Amino acid sequence: MKLGGIAGFVVRRLLLGLLVLGLVSIVVFAATQALPGDPARSILGRTATPASLKALRDQLGLGGSVLSQYFSWIGGLLHGDAGNSLAAQEPVTDLLGDKVVNSAFLVFCSGIISIPISVAIGSYAALRRDRTFDVSTSIATLVFAALPEFVVGVSLVVIFATTVFTGFLPAITIISPGARPWNDMTAMILPTATLVLAVTPYVVRIMRASMIEVLESDYVEMARLKGLPERTVIVRHALPNALGPTFQVIAINLAYLAGGVIVVEYVFNYAGIGGALRDAVSTQDLPVVQALAMLIAAVYVVLNLLADVATIIVTPRLRTRL
Amino acid sequence: MSTPAPALVVTGLRVTLRGTDTDIVDEVSFSIQPGEVLGLVGESGSGKTTAGLALLGHTRRGAEISAGSVLVGDRDILKLGLGELRRIRGSVVSYVPQDPAASLNPALRIGTQVMEVLETHSFGADQTERRDRIAEMMREVALPDAPAYLRRYPHELSGGQQQRIGLAMAFACRPRVIVLDEPTTGLDVTTQAHVLGTVRELAALHGAAALYVSHDLAVVGTLAARVAVMYAGRIVELGSADELFRSAAHPYTRRLVAAIPHLSGRRALVGIPGRAPSPGSRPKGCFFAARCTLVQPACEEAQPDLRMVGDQHSVRCIRAEEVIGQAVLASGAADEIAAGAAGEAVLSLRGVHAGYGELTVVHDVNLEVAPRECLALVGESGSGKTTLARSIAGLHHQRTGEILLRGTPLAASSRGRPREARRDIQYVFQNPYGSLNPRRTVGQIIRQPIELFGGVERPDAAVAEMLDRVALGGRYADRYPDQLSGGERQRVAIARALVCRPSVLVCDEVTSALDVSVQAAIVELLAGLQRDLGLAMLFVTHNLPLVRSIAGRVAVMSTGRIVEMGVVEHVLRAPSDEYTRRLLSDTPSLETATA
Repeated sequence: MKLGGIAGFVVRRLLLGLLVLGLVSIVVFAATQALPGDPARSILGRTATPASLKALRDQLGLGGSVLSQYFSWIGGLLHGDAGNSLAAQEPVTDLLGDKVVNSAFLVFCSGIISIPISVAIGSYAALRRDRTFDVSTSIATLVFAALPEFVVGVSLVVIFATTVFTGFLPAITIISPGARPWNDMTAMILPTATLVLAVTPYVVRIMRASMIEVLESDYVEMARLKGLPERTVIVRHALPNALGPTFQVIAINLAYLAGGVIVVEYVFNYAGIGGALRDAVSTQDLPVVQALAMLIAAVYVVLNLLADVATIIVTPRLRTRL
Repeated sequence: MSTPAPALVVTGLRVTLRGTDTDIVDEVSFSIQPGEVLGLVGESGSGKTTAGLALLGHTRRGAEISAGSVLVGDRDILKLGLGELRRIRGSVVSYVPQDPAASLNPALRIGTQVMEVLETHSFGADQTERRDRIAEMMREVALPDAPAYLRRYPHELSGGQQQRIGLAMAFACRPRVIVLDEPTTGLDVTTQAHVLGTVRELAALHGAAALYVSHDLAVVGTLAARVAVMYAGRIVELGSADELFRSAAHPYTRRLVAAIPHLSGRRALVGIPGRAPSPGSRPKGCFFAARCTLVQPACEEAQPDLRMVGDQHSVRCIRAEEVIGQAVLASGAADEIAAGAAGEAVLSLRGVHAGYGELTVVHDVNLEVAPRECLALVGESGSGKTTLARSIAGLHHQRTGEILLRGTPLAASSRGRPREARRDIQYVFQNPYGSLNPRRTVGQIIRQPIELFGGVERPDAAVAEMLDRVALGGRYADRYPDQLSGGERQRVAIARALVCRPSVLVCDEVTSALDVSVQAAIVELLAGLQRDLGLAMLFVTHNLPLVRSIAGRVAVMSTGRIVEMGVVEHVLRAPSDEYTRRLLSDTPSLETATA
């Protein structure tokens, strides 16, 4: 590999990411194979004859050997064809298309709000170390980190969406077929707020810790002894160095949002991939389960790559080693 | 001699722990002329850095300046508000930090970091003028002034280059006062010599008053005409470097000078027993009284005032006249150090190569150490001396060639060596803060080798005897390492190494993490033990003058090769290798300081 610099690093990491996804595909496939039950029987019901079951199995591609099933599945994935849903009898990509967009938009909204807020709160808490602001955010972040998301979600619904208090926000998010989530932004407020409250505490705490370490460093003391204005000391000298470790935590949290928000989707009846995954598992809709597992794995790989690239951008020392 | 108005006058400076009356530094007063370098010497914890930082109106977390004045011209820095302080810092009073690698922002290009000082203080009319000034500064500190060089990041520079950037930054706005806080600690002697030269030239060239803070009396002596000695937060003596080295008036200064190893003339080093009282536990009388051999009842009644004993020589001791009258450098003649290989070599190396992966850092080393002999292995950082020492102890595995113990070849890994061979070669590490298990008592640490190797009848008695031998005493057996000072920890490490009576002791930079007075005491101890126990010792160090006080023969290592080996007297007096000559001439010592 002759490519140097960040471009080379990204290419190398993408290739590695593909390898990871390849390994994940084997695990996912093996796991879905190990699921008990027979999809053909669950579609046709108890009264199905052996002949009709066999016919359906052939039609679903469940007839051949495990190995040939794997390769036909992975080959399809590479061509953008994730197969047909067993339950809905339509292409998985059509079935999930809208839900992927919905979930991505929810993660996007949560991220775009929570990241700047938590970086700002964490930095300010570090600057006001051991003072009132720091102590109170410290307690608040601990409380929110300890609360399960559904508690936060239900509480928000009670406060903002029922007539008990105000009732001015929709309690559930109804995205009608063909519509996009951004068509009705008021419906996005509560789910987004729940996720922001779920993610922010972790990022605030790592940002605070990282910022405190940087503020104690010799180069920040030096910047002050050079007579630089405090703003310059914080923004130019401290912040970039404190962000490095924080990017990693942000990436992990966003990836978690992408795959692990089933509870929140359930609370708000939000049509995202979390709910789709739950439904697919309960109906043994293997192609859908497989496609979603692969998608979530890909999101993890990409977000981690982005975090590493961002870390490298703020850490020149790492750039030289590439 | 007519004296111009001083550039800096410090009077009655007092720094306390925030919110308390416990002083870290008190009654610090001195003045510096334009173009003059004043040395501020003290051991760790003496408050020298605290005093230096106070000149910029700055304290570290948990401390505050509670009294005194710092006059630059007719402006009192300590009376300025934060906004005015910012305008002064970097432009009127500037600072060169101790650790250049940690003090440059790793995420910013060096050009940016130099430029922001000029921009902040509106130095020069426009960017072009500022860029010209940067180029000028880069030339003055002997660095390339090419724009491409300024676009580098700190990690792309060597330690010496990083410190030059620190100097360029500090002198960029032509400050009137500059505080240098041990800027050469951690640099090689060669690099250190260059940086020191640059400091001297710049101070003279810019007419800046420089305060050079250091723990190293020899370094300060080569650079500063006047030196202030700090002890437990007070200046105990202030005078010309010459007076301090030849006729010090304070017992502490005397002992400090006696603790410095000499390049010429062998003599035993004399450490200072005890340690300095820390803030909060300082007595009402003279702080040095508890460690002083001249102490009398009056010393313990009240803190002596700083008084003049010469034209420009002041001291904080009521018996100063008697101290001056004493014989110069009262350190006894050293016992004869065995310099020849007496008898058959106990340890021999034949064609030893060692490295890491593809990289070979030790090339073809051949040497022998006889019983009762101390061989010093000298070299700068990166010369491969530690890798070689670790290879001998079986801690570094990637090596070829033969290492023989009494004629028997040893395996590369200590695990592959017989128990008896492992017992016979012991190792003392550089950093006593990292080498002792913090969860075990001193007694347990020293007992461990006995349990491992056996062969000792009464382990408890052996531990107690070892503790006596390293001058700690049996009562230390129940303490934990974090209750001990650096010097005491290193004594424990030595006791642990010697308790099973090895015949070879490898000491890897064992004094480099310690203060000079402690270093002297440790060397004193090692030399005595080596003689009494008949040890063959390999003493690894970067400190050339130290060699004379302990070793009979010396091997000089450069880039992984032994470039010169011979009797210490010969090598130091008439080095045959170019590298040894350069190392000798770059090493600051009392001789160069008082020359």
